[in-house]
Amino acid sequence: MEVNGAKIIYQNDWFFLSGSVVTTWVVMAVITLLCIFLTRNLKVHATSKRQVIAEFLVKAANNLVKGNMGERFSYYAPLAAAVLAISVCSSLSSLLGAFPPTGDFSTVLGWALVIFTLITYWKIKASGFGGYLKSYLQPVAVLLPINIISEAMTPMSMAFRHFGNIASGMIISMLVYSALGALSATVLGAIPGVVGQVLKNVPIFQVGLPAILSIYFDLFSSCIQAFIFCMLMMVNIKLASEG
Amino acid sequence: MEELSRAIVLAGSAIGAGLAMIAGLGPGIGEGFAAGKALEAIGRQPEAKSDITSTMILGIALSETTGIYSFIIALLLVMVNPLIGRL
Repeated sequence: MEVNGAKIIYQNDWFFLSGSVVTTWVVMAVITLLCIFLTRNLKVHATSKRQVIAEFLVKAANNLVKGNMGERFSYYAPLAAAVLAISVCSSLSSLLGAFPPTGDFSTVLGWALVIFTLITYWKIKASGFGGYLKSYLQPVAVLLPINIISEAMTPMSMAFRHFGNIASGMIISMLVYSALGALSATVLGAIPGVVGQVLKNVPIFQVGLPAILSIYFDLFSSCIQAFIFCMLMMVNIKLASEG
Repeated sequence: MEELSRAIVLAGSAIGAGLAMIAGLGPGIGEGFAAGKALEAIGRQPEAKSDITSTMILGIALSETTGIYSFIIALLLVMVNPLIGRL
């Protein structure tokens, strides 16, 4: 059994294009096309199913942001919805057989760094640049290294959490898969004669059982991790803006 | 000799990965505790169910971090084998 990262599609001396980047582009294109499709021909009074779905999604995003960040930050709803959408769709792309981009640490670290920039922006805005630097010396100046570590751990822990959950799901599914393959080879190989020799190559036990695991590891875990990522982003920005 | 030292490092990495995953114990207990408390809270105030659930999920996700860290360490030890390079 071999656990690999995303496939590298193109490589030269100073640049390589990994499969997860390409999957992310596809996911971005799908989300964009979906948004364009859902928001065409909007009417004041919803007449089409499409518009009802679009309104439901927008309302849900607005309520989520208003409920967690307050009225003041309601303009962050598009960001929260975008993070949620790209995270869910990236993780769910594993259902289509692609390597999920969120199973690649670089992808989630990139998202987390974007969010970290926003958090720092709000921190500086709340207490001024001097106040921001001074907050590293709180409550006593000796704690400066600890404060720097805890600041750096914000994006790291966000990225590790998302990556770790998706990657552990992938590895566990793969382990179960190979174990079931070995089991069916052993059991069916025990049938005497030619029949056993032929059936040995058919991993019959791999049918069905991994799908049940996949409901948890792919569907549930993907959605909940996307929600948590989005939630942490909102909470962190809100706390930062309060100084 | 080279083979032997390699084997020892690999065995040590595997044992270390197994030991690192003991840290999965903590988040498991903590998350179960949090979920139990959330159930108690929902039992007292069923109308605040959605608030309690979202707060609980956030808290569970935060407390899961240590477990994820240990998983990352175990993953690095088994898949990347950083200690082989130290030979």
